[in-house]
Amino acid sequence: MPHFVQSAATASRSIVDVSWFDLAWAFGLILIAIGIARWQGLGLAQSMFIGAIRTIVQLMLVGYVLVYIFALDRWYLVVAALLCMLIVATKAAVGRQHGVSRRLLMITGVAMLLASGFTLLYISTLVVRVAPWYNPQYLIPLFGMIVGSTMNAAAIAAERLASEVVARQAEIEAYLALGATYQQASQQSVRQALRAALIPTVNGLMVVGIVTLPGMMTGQILAGSSPLMAIRYQIVVAFMQAGAVAITTAIVTLWYRRTFFTPALQLKLQTHGAAA
Amino acid sequence: MRLKYIVELKGVLKLPILSKVCAVERCGLIKEETSHMASGAQPYDGEATRPPLPMPTNLTSAFTLKEVRQVKAGITVVDVVELDIPTGEIIALVGPSGAGKTSLLRLLNRLDDPVSGAILYRARGLTQYPVQELRRKVGFVFQTPVMFPGTVRDNLSMALTLGGEPGTDPDERMAAALALAELDCALYDREGDQLSGGQKQRVNIARALMTSPDVLLMDEPTSALDPETAERLMETTRRLSREQHLTVVMVTHRLSEARRTSDRTVVLERGRVVACGSTVDVFGSTTNPRIRAFLDTGT
Repeated sequence: MPHFVQSAATASRSIVDVSWFDLAWAFGLILIAIGIARWQGLGLAQSMFIGAIRTIVQLMLVGYVLVYIFALDRWYLVVAALLCMLIVATKAAVGRQHGVSRRLLMITGVAMLLASGFTLLYISTLVVRVAPWYNPQYLIPLFGMIVGSTMNAAAIAAERLASEVVARQAEIEAYLALGATYQQASQQSVRQALRAALIPTVNGLMVVGIVTLPGMMTGQILAGSSPLMAIRYQIVVAFMQAGAVAITTAIVTLWYRRTFFTPALQLKLQTHGAAA
Repeated sequence: MRLKYIVELKGVLKLPILSKVCAVERCGLIKEETSHMASGAQPYDGEATRPPLPMPTNLTSAFTLKEVRQVKAGITVVDVVELDIPTGEIIALVGPSGAGKTSLLRLLNRLDDPVSGAILYRARGLTQYPVQELRRKVGFVFQTPVMFPGTVRDNLSMALTLGGEPGTDPDERMAAALALAELDCALYDREGDQLSGGQKQRVNIARALMTSPDVLLMDEPTSALDPETAERLMETTRRLSREQHLTVVMVTHRLSEARRTSDRTVVLERGRVVACGSTVDVFGSTTNPRIRAFLDTGT
């Protein structure tokens, strides 16, 4: 069995190769999980098996694609890969909503594009100073982490905003009936949606390194980087994700809320799949 | 222009005779608005920022409804209603559940727009007013009182921010609104969850009064209150209408309340006006057996 735990002094010089035979041992843990699921009759055994197979296939494919992109080293291939990641993430974020409108798809996509694009540009030019600017070794993993976090945040923000507006219908109409703008009427709903979307990020910042070691940092250490370098990267990633999440949720909530009101400042819930 | 009301109408499926008379009398006023609605014109995007119109004064009608129809979820909830609502009076909208009372009320300050027909406020189509300005002049008190976050003072000052008259002292204005709603100033710093149902409803009334409305729409304001508190609230409403010359349009399930409080009563059934006129006449002289039976349930 591979001996992963290395001392900090030797970590940067020792990268243990994980063979296919080693992976087969790792698969044993999935078999244990499947066994527990079957034993308790959870109805999850099949999904777990399919999920495990998909993990292997999807990651292998991604690995080969990345090898190809790294080898060719062309800016347009990197940009295309980033766009693909963004499109898939947008669809995944919106797919969690019931009765999704094309408008929400557009709002989420634009929000993620702007937030992720800005954050990546900021990090790659000011912090990591990537050279050349499209270096896939940095841009693809950084963008993946940004898009992953904005995807979750956008989904939570949109879902929470919709449920808040429905729950606060009476309050919103009370504001509107007094002559309030839609911004004033939906202020509480927006605030709650933003809080719900940002809380996981805030909690993550609070416990990082204490409760969990982040995946990227763990990966770097396993790959042989010095833990001190790994934590610097992890700090960058944590701040990068916080910024991207905040920008995404702000754009999604502030733009999406407009769709709940007519030009005459009337609340319309029918088009959002809720009873008026 | 003097309005006439006929107490009882021919039947559920017939248009109110009086309303037709009124419609003819107001032909010139209504024609323009009707053509606007019939042409399918929609409020334009900049509606909320439409420049204010001067409010006409000295009119006998607060609202005139002309062939107003409203559909919700494919069901006609307001069906070709024609109605005049005189200024400075208390109008009770009564009728069985699902008669369209609340749907009709919501049309009057544009929480909803009708699918067809015309509604005139002070002789001008509702859509001609900037919607926020209209709502400040046509206050709405909901069935279930809604407290905004914060204290009573926060609730009132929020309303003042939205539509208070410039130059007025905020504290003075809030004290006046609380006095009109017969609320003790000691409640100023109470949060919403520290108030009783009756107190919350009075805060809602005071909040609606902060924008100096000409009309107060009340959707079953006493439905969640005990009879004694409800009666006191109705007394407040009567006094407000009398002293402030406030037009009150009130939806109520309590027919005794309508009888004691309102100057005029409109009976709705399945979205149609089946009787309207002075409250004394509607309750005293209606002979249609079905309407009579409904009115007698509250006596």
